[in-house]
Amino acid sequence: MIARTFLTDDRRSAIFLGLLAIAAVVVPFCHLVFPPSSLLHIGTSSVALWGKYLSFAILALSLDLIWGYAGILSLGHGAFFALGGYAMGMYLMRQIGSRGVYANPLLPDFMVFLNWKELPWYWWGFDIFPFAALMVVLAPGILAFVFGWFAFRSRVTGVYLSIITQMLTYALWLSFFRNDMGFGGNNGLTDFKDILGFPVQAPATRAALFSITAMTLMLCYIVARYVVASKLGKVLVAIRDAESRTRFLGYRVDAYKTFLFTLSAAMAGIAGALYVPQVGIINPSEFHPAQSIEVVLWVAVGGRGTLVGAALGAILVNFAKTTFTSGILAPYWLFVLGALFVLVTRFLPNGIVGTFFDVAADTRSARRPAHAGSTSASGRLREAESEAPLK
Amino acid sequence: MRRLATLLWLLAVLLAAPATAAKLDEALARLLDDSYGETAIAAGEIATSGDANASAILEALADNRLQFSAAQKLVAITGKEGKLANAATGAVVTAPPADLTPVRQNNRVRGAVQEALGAMTLLSPDPAKRLDAAQSIFKSQDATKLSQVEAALDGEKDPRVSLALEAARAVILLGKADAPQTARLAAVVTLKQRGDQSAIAALRNVPADAPAALRDAANRAVADIEKGLAVWRIGQNVWYGLSLGSVLLLAAIGLAITFGVMGVINMAHGEMVMLGAYTTFVVQEVIRNAAPGLFDYSLAMAIPLAFLVAGAIGMAIERTVIRFLYGRPLDTLLATWGVSLILQQAVRTWFGPTNREVGAPNFMSGAFKIGELVITWNRLWIIVFAGLIFIGLLMALKYTALGLHMRAVTQNRRMASSMGIPTARVDALTFGLGSGIAGLAGVALSQIDNVSPNLGQGYIVDSFLVVVFGGVGNLWGTLVGALSLGLANKLLEPFAGAVLGKIILLIAVIMFIQKRPRGMFALKGRAVET
Repeated sequence: MIARTFLTDDRRSAIFLGLLAIAAVVVPFCHLVFPPSSLLHIGTSSVALWGKYLSFAILALSLDLIWGYAGILSLGHGAFFALGGYAMGMYLMRQIGSRGVYANPLLPDFMVFLNWKELPWYWWGFDIFPFAALMVVLAPGILAFVFGWFAFRSRVTGVYLSIITQMLTYALWLSFFRNDMGFGGNNGLTDFKDILGFPVQAPATRAALFSITAMTLMLCYIVARYVVASKLGKVLVAIRDAESRTRFLGYRVDAYKTFLFTLSAAMAGIAGALYVPQVGIINPSEFHPAQSIEVVLWVAVGGRGTLVGAALGAILVNFAKTTFTSGILAPYWLFVLGALFVLVTRFLPNGIVGTFFDVAADTRSARRPAHAGSTSASGRLREAESEAPLK
Repeated sequence: MRRLATLLWLLAVLLAAPATAAKLDEALARLLDDSYGETAIAAGEIATSGDANASAILEALADNRLQFSAAQKLVAITGKEGKLANAATGAVVTAPPADLTPVRQNNRVRGAVQEALGAMTLLSPDPAKRLDAAQSIFKSQDATKLSQVEAALDGEKDPRVSLALEAARAVILLGKADAPQTARLAAVVTLKQRGDQSAIAALRNVPADAPAALRDAANRAVADIEKGLAVWRIGQNVWYGLSLGSVLLLAAIGLAITFGVMGVINMAHGEMVMLGAYTTFVVQEVIRNAAPGLFDYSLAMAIPLAFLVAGAIGMAIERTVIRFLYGRPLDTLLATWGVSLILQQAVRTWFGPTNREVGAPNFMSGAFKIGELVITWNRLWIIVFAGLIFIGLLMALKYTALGLHMRAVTQNRRMASSMGIPTARVDALTFGLGSGIAGLAGVALSQIDNVSPNLGQGYIVDSFLVVVFGGVGNLWGTLVGALSLGLANKLLEPFAGAVLGKIILLIAVIMFIQKRPRGMFALKGRAVET
């Protein structure tokens, strides 16, 4: 029923979901069925690469949900992504069993190396996939809930909130570097062998992971779309545009924000969990504040408050990054990235998708569709409000 | 002080001249015998003769430059330039005797000469050399030096040197089983008064076969010293904390004023610091190539330049990017992040990715000690520098027109604008000022940190920490924020370690923000959003 609402009155969603569905089927098909010599064959590295892009798209989507629709700019969303990734990484570590360098059936290699005698309590249960999967959602979810609960109840907003989210991920970054934390320190978790009994490196597993990622992106999109199209979504937009006014109207602003923040963090965790088996490693660098800011750029490039744009932005920017950094232009990538930040905020505040739909809507009729109009109308509102002193 | 001591010493030498001359002549006469045994004895006698030429004679002997003529009863030194001089008087020998032969040496003589030279440094006219010699004996605990130390102690006038000599004697006595019990107990007291880590080490070295009373006394002394040292260690950590606090203050203060006035978090602030550091590097390069003599003034020259370079770039950023993003603080944050990436990469392309060497002028190198407190000059100067900048900024805000405008805009932008304050101009100037101060911070940080393209990145999270903790109401918030975070960081370090300490601090600040979402010194206002 939900799907029907989208597919009938929302062409953007229909196209997006349709393309993803096709990719989810065609890419594995081309990878597995056609021989490597064939033109239609998609190589192993490409499948993994595009799988990575799609997991980044999920992360961008989760950030767009809070930034585009509730005005919460998290500069630490990479932390939730990485936590989900670590949860998955821990499961994959436990699956190595005695195939590690030290052939210890009980302990991962790095613990043997550190001379640890037994598994720390927080590693218990990670050999069971359902438990690990639950943790993928719960670990970032609980952290986001606790963090959001305090921050939103204390009415920490705007730049201050952005900065404490950055501190959060910075603190985690420092923590996960410590060997004593028991997460592999600097090297993180790697050398994975199996996932659910299938070898991680095998073409079929890769293809399946790609499909699963694409389908998860679809699912996350549907959830996000459902949230923002619901009444709850309208309240969130009201909070974004005039938080105090919404509060005076009797809405529990902190409850709405906490809910959305937690949902978004869980989504980011899932993205991380899908990222790890396809990339084959998770280490503390994912926690680095710069990583999280880059996620914000993906959303900004694609268009915040558009959901589709966030996903598209993640894929575009990362595709550009891979292309750039693998060639002779590698030293200039940071120039491009920096220029993107400046130019997009300066000239394309609604991103590619947002601008495209604004223009399309303007030419079609004077009356704008509700979802596209909300971004630009909100811009005016937000400006008016931030004229208030000390914003 | 040192000059006075030398003068006194010279006076003493002059008064004692006849006696020393006789002793030296006696010793030199032994060399004429051309026997190893006599030469070895002579070496010791020359050292204790107290003659001004003694060390020159012994060095010549060690270098095989000492010659004698039995016929003319002459001992002569071949100078480093090849000239021959009378060893006793120092007068140039114009007609070298025919039977001039080098004083022969075997290993026994060489040993005696070395020992004599060692004792000589204990008697050297330079108090710094005497101090070094005494301290090296203290470290080596060489029991054979006891008599020399005692001899030196007798004539020592410099209180610092005699303290070191006493400590050296105490260490030797402590380890000497045949020394009288009372002397060894007195040695424990001497070491306890010294009260540092090396004294603890010496006291722990009391032999296991020493009498129980002595061992007890030593153990008690160790406990006492450690108690005293713990206090010093806290003092040292407070010093480190102040030093870190001043660095944080330098890095954050520019950020705080731009944030206060414009509500803009400048993510490129760290890169302004980096540009200041690179300006220092360039200035020093130019000085090294053009006028090496001016090196000590390089920082003084770099200070205004760094301010101008960083300030100009800051204003350029404001005019080309930030100006168009007013009312969108989060977008500004992203745009300035982009600028920071570009600046970083530009510097990396220009100067290379590796660390650049920035030297310290003379007055900033070295350290001194107050009790057990080690204070390095560069840290001290940075604290002074940070203090001066803070006071200067405070004055500027209070007494200049721009300062007045800045405060007005900080308190209420729209009202200020209605009163005719050119807010756009104030914004541009504030951003320039904030960036310029970051450039100044870069000059200071170039002295204690690696000058690399990543220099700014390391400070950006820390300076945010200071700004949100201190609040943007006034500069005092930044000062209190910087100092308390610096102190907390360094006082936590001994217990939790550097990384964990920092994590604890980050979490503490995150929790503090919950209590006071606008920092410690928030501006009070009646608007909803404040």
